[in-house]
Amino acid sequence: MNATALAPAERAVKLLGGDLTEKSLRLHLEGLSGVDAVGLESRAAGLGTRSIKTTSKAWALDRIIGLIDLTTLEGADTPGKVKSLVAKAVTPDATDPSTPRVAAVCVYGDMVGTAVEALGDLHGDPDDGKIAVAAVATAFPSGRASLRVKLADTEDAVAAGADEIDMVIDRGAFLAGSYGTVFEQIVAVKEACRRKDGSSASLKVILETGELNTYDNVRRASWLAILAGGDFIKTSTGKVQPAATLPVTLLMLQVVQEWHRLTGEKIGVKPAGGIRSSKDAIKYLVTVAETVGEEWLQPHLFRFGASTLLNDVLMQRQKMATGRYSGPDYVTVD
Amino acid sequence: MSRLAIPKTYKLSIGGAFPRSESGRTYEVTTPKGAFLANAAQASRKDARDAVVAARAAQSGWAGATAYNRGQVLYRIAELLEGRREQFVEEIRSSEGVSAAAASAQVDRATDAWVWYAGWTDKYTQVAGSGNPVAGPYFNLSVPEPTGVVVVIAPQGAQGGSLLGFVNTVAPALVAGNTVVAIADETRPLSAITLAEVLATSDVPGGVVNVLTGSPAEIAPWLASHADVNALDLAGAGALEWIDLEIAAADTLKRVLSPEPGIPELSLGRILAFTETKTVWHTKSVL
Amino acid sequence: MSFLDYAPAPESTSILHLKKSYGLFIDGDFVDGSGSSFQTISPATEKKIAEIATATPEDVDRAVIAARRAFDKTWSKMPGADRGKYLYRIARLIQERARELSVAESLDNGKPIKESRDVDIPLVAAWFFYYAGWADKLSYAGLGSDPRALGVAAQIVPWNFPLLMLAWKIAPALAAGNTVVIKPAETTSLSALIFAEILQQADLPKGVVNIVTGAGATGAALVRHPDVNKVAFTGSTAVGREIAKAVAGTGKKVTLELGGKAANIVFDDAPMEQAIEGIVNGIFFNQGHVCCAGSRLLVQENVHDEVVSRLKERLSTLRLGDPLDKNTDIGAINSREQLNRIRELSDIGEKEGAERWTAPCEIPKNGFWFAPTIFTNVQAASTIAREEIFGPVLSVLTFRTPAEAITKANNTPYGLSAGIWSDKGSKILAVADKLRAGVIWANTFNRFDPASPFGGYKESGYGREGGRHGLAAYLKGSSK
Repeated sequence: MNATALAPAERAVKLLGGDLTEKSLRLHLEGLSGVDAVGLESRAAGLGTRSIKTTSKAWALDRIIGLIDLTTLEGADTPGKVKSLVAKAVTPDATDPSTPRVAAVCVYGDMVGTAVEALGDLHGDPDDGKIAVAAVATAFPSGRASLRVKLADTEDAVAAGADEIDMVIDRGAFLAGSYGTVFEQIVAVKEACRRKDGSSASLKVILETGELNTYDNVRRASWLAILAGGDFIKTSTGKVQPAATLPVTLLMLQVVQEWHRLTGEKIGVKPAGGIRSSKDAIKYLVTVAETVGEEWLQPHLFRFGASTLLNDVLMQRQKMATGRYSGPDYVTVD
Repeated sequence: MSRLAIPKTYKLSIGGAFPRSESGRTYEVTTPKGAFLANAAQASRKDARDAVVAARAAQSGWAGATAYNRGQVLYRIAELLEGRREQFVEEIRSSEGVSAAAASAQVDRATDAWVWYAGWTDKYTQVAGSGNPVAGPYFNLSVPEPTGVVVVIAPQGAQGGSLLGFVNTVAPALVAGNTVVAIADETRPLSAITLAEVLATSDVPGGVVNVLTGSPAEIAPWLASHADVNALDLAGAGALEWIDLEIAAADTLKRVLSPEPGIPELSLGRILAFTETKTVWHTKSVL
Repeated sequence: MSFLDYAPAPESTSILHLKKSYGLFIDGDFVDGSGSSFQTISPATEKKIAEIATATPEDVDRAVIAARRAFDKTWSKMPGADRGKYLYRIARLIQERARELSVAESLDNGKPIKESRDVDIPLVAAWFFYYAGWADKLSYAGLGSDPRALGVAAQIVPWNFPLLMLAWKIAPALAAGNTVVIKPAETTSLSALIFAEILQQADLPKGVVNIVTGAGATGAALVRHPDVNKVAFTGSTAVGREIAKAVAGTGKKVTLELGGKAANIVFDDAPMEQAIEGIVNGIFFNQGHVCCAGSRLLVQENVHDEVVSRLKERLSTLRLGDPLDKNTDIGAINSREQLNRIRELSDIGEKEGAERWTAPCEIPKNGFWFAPTIFTNVQAASTIAREEIFGPVLSVLTFRTPAEAITKANNTPYGLSAGIWSDKGSKILAVADKLRAGVIWANTFNRFDPASPFGGYKESGYGREGGRHGLAAYLKGSSK
């Protein structure tokens, strides 16, 4: 273990004391209590069996929409595709004007400008009823590039108007035990999120839990991301299976809860990838409400990273409005 | 002129020591025809109480020894019996009034019984335990463990059994790691006491086997109701008020083997009668 | 409105087709009991559900005669494979009528529907499925090449898991070739009587299973009946002791599953989030009406405060209320009598100086309820650390070293179960080895499976239920 000094990220210094080193970080991460996988999974399964009221369900469906980062992350993305995504984000269901808007659109960095332009006046904070633009960055999804490239990637997106940066951690470094490397990169990316006017894009740190593999690793990586300054911790890129699962999300929420208990500070959580049905999404809402509490069910503290989820929610809304089951031809494909 | 023999004083065996009864009482042991053989100690309830204390003190150590070690210790008893067979033959011959050949045959069987039970110490767990295929992500094993302190009322007056009856009830209780308080054959206790002397010079830790001589009718009720006794082998209690003993044992829910005429055969069942099955669940996941 | 005000999501009782009154089930038919009948009520509402017959000693005698006749004439002569097929039929019928049985169980017992639906009834089916397969394989049970059934089994089950305990008793007994007279608990006879209908649907030969309802006197008559060969009882240690005395000298084979005061040991290196859940599940599952409940929490002193505060936080999220509501975590206490006992012992705990904390929850007007309660500052000598409360009450004690944890855990006349929470495998195995209890859960609690033997050390009883061991309890060997 080495005593190399790490960048003095504010949270880490507060929690671990003045001389932040590779060693002190490692000692903290390795000293975290373990996770029993069977117990975690059975707790998650238990939360998945809650039944919610019809009135709560209507509220839940609208809230799910309001928490979605509507996403397109394809090599084949074009300006046309992104415009279409934005249109869907703005008007998810043209047949029902009461349908809320999503929280954000999530695109590759080079599409940020297109998205910003397409949103026009509607570009802004979801708390104000507007739609944010999130960009994946740092050599998404693999994260295999030099720090210089990752920072440039981030700076470009922020300059183009991104409100939120979804960065990936260096899973290779994490698995090799180089926690300091992962930490410093997050700190540097966080710095790169800063705009000229002193404000900052919000930073979501993607752990890619499917590659970290074990729950103990997820727990450590969650702590690491929070200590380094992440505003959100996010499960997955969506490019690796398994992506978001309820147990992994529950575990990350537990870390967030512990952080809140210790510092009073609220960190966001974003499960991404694999959440396709309203029924599944409601299980996530229940899990959030029963761990960190209902106050987390707002765009600055919880998001769904999803593309197909939205249409399922819309069909459920239509069912609730009409009493009939809807079909895929009654929602738009974008 | 032949040398004047030195007769042995037969005492109790408690905690590896050989005390007289705290009551100071003895009783005459005779041949079947009534000729005097020896004065045996007549154990009191306080001797019984002391024996339970000694057995309890020795229990965790004996149970904690490896099965391999317990097997060797029990096998060692057979080795030592073999070396002192003349003494046992003489005691059996005189106290049972049988021929030297019959007495010798009994010693053989008793010696072989130790060998048989010695071999079980590291096998009964595999035979009686199980890996349980539960429907979930759990590692689940059941293993038998010793019950604790076992009181044995050895067969009383069984034909050809003053030594063998004792061995065939005490040895199986020891296999799993129980410790024993045994009440010897009342009228023919000599070979049991001599066996206790063998045990004391073998590798059996003090207190693992405690031998009381005297009246089972007098001592057994105290042991049957003793809260620190876990199990009761009533093999030789057929002529006693044994139902009352079982009722007394029920107060602390002791494990009980009912009386059995004659000499119990070698049996895995007697080993398992003084075991408890422990099942351990553990979560199982690579994540 | 809070999103977490989950819907009252009551399971519909329309699935139940209850009769106004139920007789005894003897020799394949429902017959009137000779004693005066009694009412079974829902403990959540105190409303009457049905009228239940009381079996007198004469009725018990009729049931034993029917069981003996069935044993002699049909069941002991039937090929094991056919006995197995009947048991498979029963298992399937239980699965088919699972929802109905779950509703009946929660209605009559007061336990949350999510437990009867997800735990009790699925395990009932699993139990019959497991033992069905043993019926034609008895020679592999480790009791020699030709083990034999014992004859007529007298079985008495408690009110905490009414149908599950019935399954634990009946499935191995029938697989081994015995016939049965079983008595459900006085306050929870309903599911056993629906089970009788299932036996009729399965076309089980008459007299193989007989069900006699009633209170303690009915049970005493059954246990003491001279033509009974086997007694199996699950219930309190006090009654178990009486049974052991009653059968002394009769040669009846006995298994007893009695009380407990299980230690749930939490080390400072435990997977903490799961340990908290495990503590909750250990003592608040089924309102703590569980003989193997983890009612004594032994926490390593250096994490005591953290564990207790996390526990309180978690308990504050539990939902107490209508047992038929799918979101209910804590149901009703089974009877007024039991509620009084829980109250009495809790008051004693307080008087003896322990600190009482009760989860904030609204108690319904009618019915029998007791909010989840934790006592801290409990000493080993405290009454609530020694006596089985059989309710949602947790006593918290501390320890400093593994050796002390083991000593404290074992310092009880009981020995049914224990829990261990640690991320260190070698410690778990060593502690498990030293605990004097029949079931040890490591990093989990209150798990049950038909393949897994269950039963106690010391005053928690003797004999095992579940697995090959549970089968052996209903057989006599052909070899020693």
